[in-house]
Amino acid sequence: MTADVIVIGGGPAGYTAALYGARAGLSVLVLEKLTPGGQMGTTDQVDNYPGFPEGVGGFELAMEMKKGAERFGARTKMAEVTEVKLTGETKEVLAGGERLQAKAVILATGAHPRELGLPGEKELRGRGVSYCATCDGMFFRGKTVAVVGGGDTAAADALYLSRLCEKVVLIHRRDALRASAAYRAPLMGLPNLEFLWDSEVAALEFESTLTGLTVRNKKTGKTQTLPCSGVFVAIGQVPDTGLFKGQIALDGAGYVCADESTRTSLPGVFAAGDLRAKPLRQIVTACADGAVAAQQAEAYLTM
Amino acid sequence: MAVKTFTQENFDKEVLGAQGPVLVDFWASWCGPCKMFSPIVDAFAEAHEGDVTVGKVNIDEQPDLAARYGVMSIPTAILFKDGEAVNTLVGLQPKENLEALLQ
Repeated sequence: MTADVIVIGGGPAGYTAALYGARAGLSVLVLEKLTPGGQMGTTDQVDNYPGFPEGVGGFELAMEMKKGAERFGARTKMAEVTEVKLTGETKEVLAGGERLQAKAVILATGAHPRELGLPGEKELRGRGVSYCATCDGMFFRGKTVAVVGGGDTAAADALYLSRLCEKVVLIHRRDALRASAAYRAPLMGLPNLEFLWDSEVAALEFESTLTGLTVRNKKTGKTQTLPCSGVFVAIGQVPDTGLFKGQIALDGAGYVCADESTRTSLPGVFAAGDLRAKPLRQIVTACADGAVAAQQAEAYLTM
Repeated sequence: MAVKTFTQENFDKEVLGAQGPVLVDFWASWCGPCKMFSPIVDAFAEAHEGDVTVGKVNIDEQPDLAARYGVMSIPTAILFKDGEAVNTLVGLQPKENLEALLQ
């Protein structure tokens, strides 16, 4: 047996599970394919995790969470999980080509940004298509860009880009933003921000880099060309649950079916963080899941 | 071998004129994915000590270098061989994808 508990994913859910598990006296191994932090780690500044009145860097917070878990004996292996066997009493995980075993597994693989799914999108990444406004905004200083989406991320991206770019066009499939008031309010009255409501991107127009978008109005069916040098995609997330398909119950969108107890459809398998079907996906709710999952795993192991 | 810092001043000599492949990581201090990519680049450098030169370009300090290679998204990793950019990787990626650049 490699560990009592294997945690797949080193974001806030994973490292909180590791912290609680290690403090409960369990041997815990966290498996991370990139660098600890997950989506949080890619966030320049986190302003909605309590205890940091001036905000905190997502990457820095990730390193602190990892250290906190390691202080109580949790270990990390940097390796991508390519196969899992979650049924049965002994759970098996193939990570970086090594076969690992545990009595319980906490799934904390999170989610990644949803793509538009249009021809040319992959090739245009780094050539005008971006999923991170704070990373790539400055390459479009003084230019016209589009933001696709209507949630908090899209609103925050539009605000950030409006300060750098000549013009920002926000394309949303509905007739109002879904973003919360804190994100929506600063957009009102921005002179260089335009909205295209009830609209979706039908095609990417490009030569060697992006030159524009074909935008379709969903109500009228009419299309128009929007010339722009950049498009920032903020249309939500896709859970990273492909590996678990067919072994545990997932909902229609691919999220793991598990209630507040984090228990999945299989005994000894728990789901924590953004991959779980739930109403709010934030760092603080990921951490909450991690704590519950570790406690549930402990209860399962001492049954 | 430590990860080098490339600038407008040393780029032509140390990257374009280098013996063997050179991996260049374009980054900025305010870019979260770049921070996460950094330890991966470090691990790559350690694994390829002696056969691949690895260095970083801070795009805030070296905007001309970023423009010269058409960097429009960071992190971007470009592999140079014999003075030419031969392979490019855009975005935060696992170490295996950096290895694949060498193929």
